[in-house]
Amino acid sequence: MSEDQRTSLTVLRRLGGLTGLRLAGVVVLLALALVFPVVDPSPVATNYGVYALIFVAVASAWNIFSGFSGYISLGHAVFFGSGAYTLGITARDWHVTGIGVFALLPLSAVAGALIAVPFGLIALRVRRHTFIVITIAVFFIFQLMAYNFSFTGGSAGLDAPFLPWGAQTYNNPFYYIALACAVGAITLAWLIRRSRFGLQLRAIRDDEDRASGLGVHAMRVKLTAFVLSGAITGLVGAVWFFYLTQVQPPSGFDPLFDLSVVLMAFLGGLGTVSGPVLGALIIEPGQLYLTANTNGYISEILLGSLFLVAVLLVPRGIIPTGGEYIRRLTTRGRAAIPAAASAAPQAPTEPAPVREAQR
Amino acid sequence: MAREIYQAIVDGILVGGVYALMAVGLTLIFGVLDIINIAQGIMVILGAYLSYELAARLHIDLFLGLLITVPAMFVIGVVIEWAFIRPLRGRERVSMTLLVSYAVALIIEGILYEAFGADDRQLNASYVTSSVHVFGFYLPYIYLYGFALALALVAALYVLLYRTKFGRSVRATMQDETAARLVGINISRVAAITYGIGVAVTAAGGMVYGATNAFTPNSGYDLISRLLAIIILGGLGSIGGALVASVFMLTLESLVDIWQPNWAIVVFYAALVLVLVIRPTGFFGRKAVRAQ
Repeated sequence: MSEDQRTSLTVLRRLGGLTGLRLAGVVVLLALALVFPVVDPSPVATNYGVYALIFVAVASAWNIFSGFSGYISLGHAVFFGSGAYTLGITARDWHVTGIGVFALLPLSAVAGALIAVPFGLIALRVRRHTFIVITIAVFFIFQLMAYNFSFTGGSAGLDAPFLPWGAQTYNNPFYYIALACAVGAITLAWLIRRSRFGLQLRAIRDDEDRASGLGVHAMRVKLTAFVLSGAITGLVGAVWFFYLTQVQPPSGFDPLFDLSVVLMAFLGGLGTVSGPVLGALIIEPGQLYLTANTNGYISEILLGSLFLVAVLLVPRGIIPTGGEYIRRLTTRGRAAIPAAASAAPQAPTEPAPVREAQR
Repeated sequence: MAREIYQAIVDGILVGGVYALMAVGLTLIFGVLDIINIAQGIMVILGAYLSYELAARLHIDLFLGLLITVPAMFVIGVVIEWAFIRPLRGRERVSMTLLVSYAVALIIEGILYEAFGADDRQLNASYVTSSVHVFGFYLPYIYLYGFALALALVAALYVLLYRTKFGRSVRATMQDETAARLVGINISRVAAITYGIGVAVTAAGGMVYGATNAFTPNSGYDLISRLLAIIILGGLGSIGGALVASVFMLTLESLVDIWQPNWAIVVFYAALVLVLVIRPTGFFGRKAVRAQ
């Protein structure tokens, strides 16, 4: 295939990314999500829905930074917990109660963003392993601060304001708020993925030094993604807290949270838009089910085992591996169209972004 | 006050020696395999539980029991490397291996909870509860013995790495894997054995840790975060750095502990962050560590 054809195919793919079949699929999924509480209004079902959507949002937010830039953060619980605590502290100190508390949610996003700036400025100076370890260290600092400060309620944590709603429909408003967060996070991920900014992020992932050499302001780009990701995670953390009505240091700043989110993104496909969504929809309900039906330790063992199996069987994630499989089927084993594949959003492992960034 | 400070420094050095042992294993694994073994923390706890079982059921002395637990942990390490680390290839390997070791840690933690429950345990022996007074310092025997054990094992590791043919292969692999492969070093074998050794030393570290601290299966998180801070501060892959950083960090922690017990561990991490702001490669890090 000539270079011209390859380029035109790339352009076609990028322009027509969300037409026809895909658009229909997204609309159907969104419609299903919207009517879900109507179809099955039992609190048990909507409870699953709320948690699944919370993690869809968080996994997508994590992916906006880590999936696109290749900097694996194991410290996103910092934003999640800070968002939860921000809502709890502001509601308590400003004596906000009832539905008015929802108006405080944006503050948690602001808190996430504000924390992400110094966090990012320090952590993003280093790469690879060191970056991951710094995120873990910052995570522990936050957990310990939540334990030790008095305004966070120490190890007793905080309680959310009481909502005088009936048990039968209590979950529904939270369901739609979580859905809004999830749709927002996915849309943002999708927009970033096809923007110049997203291209710069992926160029950094492929080769940061070369990207810098080509004129990408690496620090600015990374930090922007980190702040966006942190803001969304903070917001969702607040929703989670208000829904759960309580937070303690080990639940708000939970190492398992970090691992679960990463696992979701990895299982679905790191750096794809749909991958983390799929991963969250598989793992979070599964985890809830296991926790409800076994003791917590068995679910921990199974979560770990699932991850090992996933890594060994589908090392690149379900979406990229599945996409490749379907492509191979539709081209019946012919040499396919590898160039187009490499530029398509589903195949993030090819060095295409760097090439495009040169323009 | 001066007396408390001296005592804190002595404590920091003694405990730091034990952390050094665990950290050297971690940094060695990093140097050879280019992975961060998140499971190192829970391995230490596993080692502590193994010693606990041997002492409680078979009445085997803690130090004598190491003759069983160290080889056992070595085998566990080699098997994990072979089953889960070796198959990983390609660009995402760094993050994948990290997560795989995290998953391994979760599984071990879950199994330990299933087997032993969430109750606090502590290893017991005559030398755990008694202490000696030297120059006015109050020194529990277990700290002294533990420190001596750590010194002996670190020295043994040093001899292994710098005075044997195998050690030369390890160091060659740490310097340049491709070149090592070209001169005929069996990288897979070196990697498996190094991972085994790195995990095996946790059996000794775990025994001392278990004798000086109460532990639950959850203690692994606290340990691994400290160990990670230590090896990053020392410079990833630097054995000397891990030794210095262990003693430095633990001394710092025990000094802060005099005035602010609640914040001592925060200072630990804050020191890590501060040092990395000034010097991203740690005390003794190589420039190459920064490369992506």
